[in-house]
Amino acid sequence: MVEPATPETVLRLTGITKRFGAVTANDAVSFALQKGEVIALLGENGAGKTTLMNILFGQYTADEGTVEIFGRQMPPGHPRAALDAGVGMVHQHFTLAGNLTVWENIVLGAQPLGALSLNASAARDKVRALAARFHLKVDPDARVGRLTVGERQRVEILKALYRDARILILDEPTAVLTPQETDALFATLREAIGLGLSIVFISHKLHEVMAISDRVLVLRHGRLVAERATAQTTRHELAALMVGAEVTVPEVAQASPGAPLLSLRRVSTPDSGTAPGLQAVTMTLCAGQITGLAGVSGNGQAALSDLVSGLIAPTSGEMDLAGAPVRGWSPRTALAQGVARIPEDRHKTGTIADFDLTENAILESYASRFSRRGWMDWSGARRFAERLIATYDVRCPGPDIRVRLLSGGNMQKLILGRVLESGARIILANQPVRGLDIGAVSYVHGRLTAARDAGAAVLLISEDLDEITRLSDVIHVISEGRLSPPFARGTMQPQELGIWMSGQRFDEAGHAA
Amino acid sequence: MRLEPIANPGLARTTLPPALALLATFGVAAVLALVAGGNPALVFGEIVKGAVGSKFALLETLNRATPLIFTGLAVSVAFRAKLWNIGAEAQLYAGAVVTAVLGTGALPWAAPALLPVLALAAICAGALVLLVPALLKTRFGVDEVVTTLLFNFIFLLFVSYLLDGPLKDPMGMGWPKSARLVAEARLPRIVDGLRLHWGFALALICAAAVWVIDTRTTLGFEMRAVGQNAEAARFAGIPVTAVILKTALLSGGLAALAGYSEVAGLKGALTLDLSPGFGYTGIVVAMLAMLHPLGVIVAALFVAAIFVGADAMSRNIGVPTYIADIMLATALLLMVLAILLTRFRVRRD
Repeated sequence: MVEPATPETVLRLTGITKRFGAVTANDAVSFALQKGEVIALLGENGAGKTTLMNILFGQYTADEGTVEIFGRQMPPGHPRAALDAGVGMVHQHFTLAGNLTVWENIVLGAQPLGALSLNASAARDKVRALAARFHLKVDPDARVGRLTVGERQRVEILKALYRDARILILDEPTAVLTPQETDALFATLREAIGLGLSIVFISHKLHEVMAISDRVLVLRHGRLVAERATAQTTRHELAALMVGAEVTVPEVAQASPGAPLLSLRRVSTPDSGTAPGLQAVTMTLCAGQITGLAGVSGNGQAALSDLVSGLIAPTSGEMDLAGAPVRGWSPRTALAQGVARIPEDRHKTGTIADFDLTENAILESYASRFSRRGWMDWSGARRFAERLIATYDVRCPGPDIRVRLLSGGNMQKLILGRVLESGARIILANQPVRGLDIGAVSYVHGRLTAARDAGAAVLLISEDLDEITRLSDVIHVISEGRLSPPFARGTMQPQELGIWMSGQRFDEAGHAA
Repeated sequence: MRLEPIANPGLARTTLPPALALLATFGVAAVLALVAGGNPALVFGEIVKGAVGSKFALLETLNRATPLIFTGLAVSVAFRAKLWNIGAEAQLYAGAVVTAVLGTGALPWAAPALLPVLALAAICAGALVLLVPALLKTRFGVDEVVTTLLFNFIFLLFVSYLLDGPLKDPMGMGWPKSARLVAEARLPRIVDGLRLHWGFALALICAAAVWVIDTRTTLGFEMRAVGQNAEAARFAGIPVTAVILKTALLSGGLAALAGYSEVAGLKGALTLDLSPGFGYTGIVVAMLAMLHPLGVIVAALFVAAIFVGADAMSRNIGVPTYIADIMLATALLLMVLAILLTRFRVRRD
């Protein structure tokens, strides 16, 4: 599969093999990237995509094989070398300092360490110019800790561009973007290709791979199992190659809604940094119904999620649970009232990385189920964890291993098991499938619809409009903390949802009122 | 050279770096001994002899380890919950002051009643001293490193005032010390004739108790969760603020027992030089123990042995005792590095 060297080859990986203990993460992987080309790297979680990119970028050292950039062999294990050779990487898990501003993050590391003063205004101007040129909307003076996930990604991309990267590696870049933002990203990428950049694009979303890439490489269990010209393949074929079997997407049937379980009437919450709070939001979650929340990242989804999770309480308005007003609202009361929460960030909020599976499995229920007079019931906790692992198909060596070692999909299955096992009446699913592979996505969606069919009220928050429209029985759109009226399944075209998401319809309604 | 995380470190990986760190510590100390004009073998021999070479030496080491176990535990408990208690020194003195106030005749009880009451009173005092910075942290976000550290100086000056005023021993001939404790308030010796008091046994019991709390109780689970990831803990419904405050009470109480044990056990009176920095050395002990409560016992014995042994060595062959301080500092720095190496692999490219 190794092509002869041509002047246009900007990147060449030859026979890359990487083992972690007994696990072979990459097995003799070879490919070449041409100038102005977009290669998509497809594969399930744990297929070795991220490891491969970390080797390319010098984060890891390969056991065998070589990396050549612009015809020059890279000394293994030197991120600086790849960086200096013009490779920029946008990681799936962002590597930004939350307490610094956007431009400071971008400049950080690109300045000589000994430089006594930063030329702040020049750096800011360069950032601003880059942002404008690539249509990446972000305020250079905003503090990164207060940005939404979508905005943080733009900062990551700008960071690479600021360093004059000529090869851009994007790890799951659209996982956090809205359709419009994805379109904008693709426009950015096409512009970049026009300017002579080359791109390695890692994604699970097949239609995006089809839309942006020239060639697709499929990784499975660390090996390159297929290479296709994008024009000569189909989504279906790629999906089958990726998992090694045909994938069926679960058909979601219409549900019959039951009694209202959670209702908000003109509820407002305070703003948090640049993220808006809720503004007089009215919504009802009914039993046996999936309510989808569509919206551009950072428009109040976090506030609604925090509210339903119990992290914040309304500053005004009324909030009823099963007809009774909530009092003393906190995560613990939410849990006690049967609210299951799947948080947006499973690494930071959903799990404790250095706790084992057992400890993570009981994180929410230890007080009520695995504690007697202050003493932990560890054998009961372990049995519970073993049951979750079996029931929810969490692939792991056992309940004693640290959650840090799980793949994203298995981590999410553990969280899913933890929240569903409590017999929840209300399920908050915030970005439940972000970054998961197809198999895990359909698993999670299947579980959520099954919970709905069993009578739970599901609130699905996602920036993936496909996911929202496919699963939701009712859709609300959120924009700047304002909530649209509910739209029943099938009554809204994506374009119309897009107009609501842009905030235009709210403004019209505001003028009309 | 780069660091690469190790997914599943084996036994050799977790034990070898700390062992090498200790070995390297002795290497550094050997060089220093040479510079000071001593024969390293002789210096180490004298340190070992001075620390464990006789019944007297051994008991001296155990006595010295006692307050270090308490302060080491106090620091471990707090640090594991990411409560940076640098103020074990102040909490130690709080326990010592209460013991001296109540133990000099204020409570006319027999020893079996008086001793537990004194211990409880000391625990309460130390707990309260740490509760203030903990409340400032949870309420207003005030950095506890600063408040607990500065509290040490405030409290030492307060003790100085007490010893020059209300608690001054009328028979003390001007020395800054309190009156002697009544006999009923003294911790008895474990074995008649041997200079080792029950404070040492209490320290061992406390270490075992902390270990049980850590691994078996709900509070221990909550403290570990808050320390590892407060955001996830809060999301999961763990009452983070309450857990931090409980941790503070436990940590402060443990540190105060060091003061109780020194006054009621060893010294029999409150003095201004009661603690030669046991509170700070507790941080070294806790770090050497990798914050493990049972490891604290080993680390405290190690630190105490070096101090006691170096004292004896210095008396016998004249190499300065500073070598003990340098050995501890070296051990601490190398141990931090060793702990890193138990989790990461160095790749040379």
